Amino acid sequence: MLYFAQWKVILICAVCALGVLFSLPNVFTPAQLSFVPQEVPHKQVNLGLDLRGGSYLLLEVDFAAAQKERLNTLVDSVRNALLNAHLGYTGLGVQNDAIVFTLREPDKSEDAKKALATVDPDLVTTVGPDGAATLKFNQVAENARRQQAVAQSIEIIRRRIDETGTKEPTIQGQGQNRILVELPGIDDPEHMKRLLGRTAKLTFQLVDQSVTVDDARRGRLPPGDEILNAQESGGRNQGAAAYVVHKRVMVGGDTLTDAQATFQDNQPVVSFRFDATGAKRFGDATRENVGKPFAIVLDNKVISAPVIREAILGGSGIISGSFTVQSASDLALLLRAGALPAPITILEERTVGPDLGADSIHAGAVSCIVAVVLVVVFMVLFYGLFGIFADIALFFNLCLMLATLSLLGATLTLPGIAGIALTLGMAVDANVLIYERIREEIRSGRSMLSSLDAGFTRAFGTIVDSHVTTLVAGLLLYWLGSGPVKGFAVTLSIGVLTSLFSAILVTRLIIVSWLRRWKPKEIPL
Amino acid sequence: MRPLIVIRRTPTIDFMRWHKFGFALSCILGGLSIALFLAFGLNFGIDFKGGVLIEARVTTGQADLAAMRGKLDALHLGEVSLQNFGDESTVLIRLPQQPGGDSGQEKAISAVKQTLGQGIDYRRVEVVGPTVGAELIHAGVLATVLALAAIMIYIWFRFEWQFGVGATISTIHDVVTTIGLFAIFRLDFDLTTLAAILTIAGYSINDTVVIYDRVRETMRKHRTMPFRDLINLALNETLSRTILTVSTVALAVLALLIFGGEVLRGFSIAMLWGIVVGTYSSLFIAAPIIYYIQPNRRAIAREGGSPATERASR
Repeated sequence: MLYFAQWKVILICAVCALGVLFSLPNVFTPAQLSFVPQEVPHKQVNLGLDLRGGSYLLLEVDFAAAQKERLNTLVDSVRNALLNAHLGYTGLGVQNDAIVFTLREPDKSEDAKKALATVDPDLVTTVGPDGAATLKFNQVAENARRQQAVAQSIEIIRRRIDETGTKEPTIQGQGQNRILVELPGIDDPEHMKRLLGRTAKLTFQLVDQSVTVDDARRGRLPPGDEILNAQESGGRNQGAAAYVVHKRVMVGGDTLTDAQATFQDNQPVVSFRFDATGAKRFGDATRENVGKPFAIVLDNKVISAPVIREAILGGSGIISGSFTVQSASDLALLLRAGALPAPITILEERTVGPDLGADSIHAGAVSCIVAVVLVVVFMVLFYGLFGIFADIALFFNLCLMLATLSLLGATLTLPGIAGIALTLGMAVDANVLIYERIREEIRSGRSMLSSLDAGFTRAFGTIVDSHVTTLVAGLLLYWLGSGPVKGFAVTLSIGVLTSLFSAILVTRLIIVSWLRRWKPKEIPL
Repeated sequence: MRPLIVIRRTPTIDFMRWHKFGFALSCILGGLSIALFLAFGLNFGIDFKGGVLIEARVTTGQADLAAMRGKLDALHLGEVSLQNFGDESTVLIRLPQQPGGDSGQEKAISAVKQTLGQGIDYRRVEVVGPTVGAELIHAGVLATVLALAAIMIYIWFRFEWQFGVGATISTIHDVVTTIGLFAIFRLDFDLTTLAAILTIAGYSINDTVVIYDRVRETMRKHRTMPFRDLINLALNETLSRTILTVSTVALAVLALLIFGGEVLRGFSIAMLWGIVVGTYSSLFIAAPIIYYIQPNRRAIAREGGSPATERASR
């Protein structure tokens, strides 16, 4: 053990030097770092939301709801297809994830299948011997659609967040249908949640004036119509509470190219512009229905239902309703960013204010410093000079941990800081094992050099065993943990690895150098 | 420079004399923990239970808990709990899961904010839905079981199976009693507590492995020594290491407990307990178990060396 190959010495020194170099940026503030030239490492440890303040949101794309909505719109097509083929049916409707009905004449199942084949290429029709038919989406197409919906949702959420000017947001998919959003430093998470949670599906639909809402509610709803409630507002809405509208959409919000909040007659409104197809469709629809009201529908709620006075051919328009300045600018933002393909629910939210974050950083730093000081003093008290050696190794261990965290771009959380403090205590365990072993060997009468040698080699197996077991716990935590706990797992695992290096190689190198330089007669243990 | 404090001689403590007492104590502690856990359950934080947690700080002096509680009870949000958190001006407000999905939670939060009025800084708001809570419990249990299994398999590879059994029993003992501690003192059991428990499992095994390593080595060195003396010798020889390591780790955890703030309190308490009980179980549970299910001494002696000593002889 007393012989170190030249290249090993160089390698160990190089690793230590790099550790110091890459951990150094963490000592400075970002402002000070901006003066540092690009060639010098300047990456800092990424602070978690619990330390820098901000919001963590876990969203779920409610694909089942979107699927149900699609099935609901397809029911009409199914009805038409069956009528055209002169097939009698009962109980047509949507049940769970399928459209169901029963054929009056069960032996006509082949005819029914043929008639329904044109409704939607992804729908698979099965008819039982008793005539009970179900139409389901085929699995492959469904999975593709699900993935697409999640990807699209991520994109739209990103656009919405970018529009609000939030800096450095993290938006990523998680699992099958979840989206994790991290918003550092936002001060109004409630507003953000309202923006993200809305589907923002805008449609223009004609109002059916042939029946009143009350009649329609009593079961005289004309086929192809639906009843939509008006949007709740602060009592300033002069319109009706609900409308009967045609299900057929004149124009959808997907054809909008721009939307802005502005004022009209001192009232906040949202102005919008269609693209070429949207403008043409809107123009045609308004020309054919002059004098009739149409409903502007957002997420199945009627914002307003103005009467068409003349054909609107310019491809732009204004939505007026009972907006506040805030709600008008929110709606404009949502329309610009686009509608979500499926509704979104918020599964988990964690918001930490900047004050608490600052307090946590302070508490974490103080406890780490106190832990270091205690351990350092303790080691010197119990091992004297060798304790100082262990402390030097501990210093490099700390640098290496910080450097690794900075380089990996890992996120440091408050539990992560706890992990650092904990590994500091555990890191010296390797030194303790080695030193105790050396002491024993000296006591048993071995020579100085052979006790040193035996101390390191005999303790090695034990050290590896004990580190591996901690590492196993750390990796499992990383795999199964989330958020702050993951941060703990990261620092614990990195700390275990770096302490293996520092306690064994660095301490050994220091002791060997000390032997060569001072040629001591005995070991001060 | 010489150390100021040195343990000069290897102590000759008769650990084995106490092992029956240790077994009895651990059985009582373990049984009590399980009974308490089954009877009262754990005081799950919102991580596992779901619900709303708000940390609020009154910017003007002390928080009047009674007045705040009165105001919040009038909202009829279910069982609202309030407690001071760290200092007099900070309050932790907990609401149960509200009906009406995520908008229901949001409404409850704004109602609380409105009711409490001005002069309050909302330091932290956490909302965990029921599905996430259930998943976190599932992941937590899975992590603990997998960690124990993985560690046991590792010990099995490195040692004879008897050591694996001993290590597993003592580690389960530590985990169970830590859970018992949380059950009896109604401490908040959340994700960081779970992290602490896994770390305790790692630490406890670490401690046990060091002692087992020595037991095995002593078995090779003293082939005819009675097993009881052999275990005592191994424990005494590693005692100074055991004390020093438990001290350094405990110092670090004490620093966390005192200065780490309120958020880390549960974690630090669990860790401190785990370190103490982990050390105790290595000495009085793990080592004596080997006395009862003795590994084959001849086989170990014949083996000549563990991988560790093989490496050493190279």
